[in-house]
Amino acid sequence: MSKLYSGAEIVFKCLEDQDVEYIFGYPGGAVLPIYDELKNHESIKHILVRHEQGAGHAAEGYARSSGKPGVVLVTSGPGATNAVTALTDAYMDSIPLVCISGQVPTHLIGTDAFQECDTTGITRPCTKHNWLVKDVKDLSKIIHKAFEVATTGRPGPVLVDIPKDIQFQKTKYVNSIKTKKLNGKIHNKFYQSEIDQLVKLMINSSRPILYTGGGVINSGPKASELLRELVSLTGFPITSTLQGLGSYPGDDNQFLGMLGMHGTYEANNAMHDCDLMINIGARFDDRITGKIDEFSPKSKKIHIDIDPSSINKNVKVDLPIVGDVSEVMLSVIKTLKKKNPNFASSNKEKTSKWWEKISEWRSVNSLNFINSDKTIKPQHAIQRLYELTKDKDTYITTEVGQHQMWAAQHYKFNKPNRWMTSGGLGTMGYGLPAAVGVQIAHPDKLVVDIAGEASVLMTIQEMSTAVQYNLPIKIFILNNEYMGMVRQWQELLHEKNYSESYTAALPDFVKLAEAYGCVGIRAKTPDELDEKIKEMINVNKPVIFDCLVDKEENCFPMIPSGKPHNQMLLGPNDQKENKITGKGKTLV
Amino acid sequence: MSKPKSAYSIPGKKQKNDTHVIVVWVDNEAGVLARVVGLFSGRGYNIESLAVAEVDPKLNISRITIVTTGTPQVIEQIKLQLGKLVPVHKVADFMRGDKKIIFKEMALLKIVGNNIKRKKAIKFCKKFNPVVLDKTNKSVVIQITALRREIDTIMNDLKKTGLVSVSRTGAVAMTRGAEIFK
Repeated sequence: MSKLYSGAEIVFKCLEDQDVEYIFGYPGGAVLPIYDELKNHESIKHILVRHEQGAGHAAEGYARSSGKPGVVLVTSGPGATNAVTALTDAYMDSIPLVCISGQVPTHLIGTDAFQECDTTGITRPCTKHNWLVKDVKDLSKIIHKAFEVATTGRPGPVLVDIPKDIQFQKTKYVNSIKTKKLNGKIHNKFYQSEIDQLVKLMINSSRPILYTGGGVINSGPKASELLRELVSLTGFPITSTLQGLGSYPGDDNQFLGMLGMHGTYEANNAMHDCDLMINIGARFDDRITGKIDEFSPKSKKIHIDIDPSSINKNVKVDLPIVGDVSEVMLSVIKTLKKKNPNFASSNKEKTSKWWEKISEWRSVNSLNFINSDKTIKPQHAIQRLYELTKDKDTYITTEVGQHQMWAAQHYKFNKPNRWMTSGGLGTMGYGLPAAVGVQIAHPDKLVVDIAGEASVLMTIQEMSTAVQYNLPIKIFILNNEYMGMVRQWQELLHEKNYSESYTAALPDFVKLAEAYGCVGIRAKTPDELDEKIKEMINVNKPVIFDCLVDKEENCFPMIPSGKPHNQMLLGPNDQKENKITGKGKTLV
Repeated sequence: MSKPKSAYSIPGKKQKNDTHVIVVWVDNEAGVLARVVGLFSGRGYNIESLAVAEVDPKLNISRITIVTTGTPQVIEQIKLQLGKLVPVHKVADFMRGDKKIIFKEMALLKIVGNNIKRKKAIKFCKKFNPVVLDKTNKSVVIQITALRREIDTIMNDLKKTGLVSVSRTGAVAMTRGAEIFK
């Protein structure tokens, strides 16, 4: 007779079979049997966070930077509800997470027991799927299935809720990892005829643009290589969404920068005026499209996505191709090479006018800002950070707000999986715990969280985690004492009524760093910035870097809501009007 | 800057709404109906009626029939979003009024009144296969099967004959002829 294992043992056997190395979690009453079992499984290391939201974001950072699913372990009730923000964040940004939560014993479910909540009910809309395990015999099957659902198709979070009595009960263990694709939820069925049609459109286009997104990152490092090949093969201009940054080198001449609400002038205008838009693994998010009715009116639109429900959701497209972007790109490259091996050179003339137009837009230099030698401009701080860290293989996470957009605009990424930011949900407090997860996955790499002082305070407790595990993460705070993006919208749209967007009584971040047992550094003037950044990089400990920046700087360029791509605000450098009022600043 | 002042864009042109019947085959497991219904409410889709029951006890398959309204784009989204749910096996969709499909809804009607009123009520129902399930000298319970709109009409007609209570199932659907849903 085969050996019987307890539910808690089965959890670990499954994790071992899934090659899980790290779990991020926080113990509590309903998961104690699982925590008790932890000591018997040396290959699995547990990272103790300070709040379950931190566990979720750390697992996201781990997953995004390593390409493996992140695993979270939390207790019932508040443990599970605290993880909801991170699960929703992972759902919006398509990050594979497996969250295991404890639940009160089966016979107490529904009795409003201590630390009971309807975890599967609460997490239903923010996971790809979730399970409440009612029979220990189903446990191993469910956990393996959970990994499969999280990592296949469009990735996302899943949750397995395990009542405490199930963790004690014993049964046989069955390793049911399935290698073949199943259940019809994985869509990778595209046809050569669609590829042919796409190639034909590419050959006939004179104003093409590639618009790439997080799908390229999610499809693995091969997708980024194929994308580079496709871009050089076609000579087409390329722009990327926030989540897609890094899949194509940010300093390449064919790269127009990020598009969307705070994207570059050239990227947005090219999107508006193109005759062929090839969307690879992006989802026409509202931050990208601006006003839908006037979105890229003259173009044929192609959408390559693994998720069929992303197609025609926001924007009607002319040719949908449902499939893994790597495989689609591979087919496109093959077909194009066969049909027209010298496409890039033969196509040069056809697209030369288009490139001229793009150069014109580029010359506007929309990311420009008026630098100062008295106060540190936040854009300048990011540029210096980039210059001083670009030779290292640096991983950047961010919080959410102005600093996030400046980081996206001014930090150039050359490789995928180096840029971790909360785009879909826009979770303030994401960056610090995500940096913890990234550093766990890449212990010897430089990991910097570009932060705002408001966001970082939402999960500052995770500094304690970083110190506990000797994770030398760098928290680079652009401190303007405001919720900068809120303040910017209030300035532009609410008559400068800065309602509750100023944070009085901020902590002294240097002393706070010291209190946590890490290093605090403060930069006040542009003169000392470089030295201080170098100091930060050279410390082999967690650092909180308090960079005091201009309090009133706004993030430009910007597409105001309800406006199409070709009506951007260019900011204070715009010659037509120097006051930031938002009126008269639209360039048509 | 245009009004309204919002971080989100203003709605664009509105398309015409159509009524569709969506049939979903799901694993009959705990919470599956909540997943389907939650998808509708969470994404702002509309449910006009809903009928669900297990149809294959061996394979544990339930069949859910949902009547919904939406623009062609919304209907397409509903189908694709449903298809993504793990316990969903297949999704079929029809325009209401599709000649190849039979739609039926059942209603139980309780009439309280004198003999004349009760008789009149049964007469009104004549077209819709009335079955008298219960009768006393004061009341009668009639079962009818008909289209949604027909039941709406008859309810109106029966008001004057002493209709006091109505219980309706949602619509269920089946293909005509030898074909089955794909």
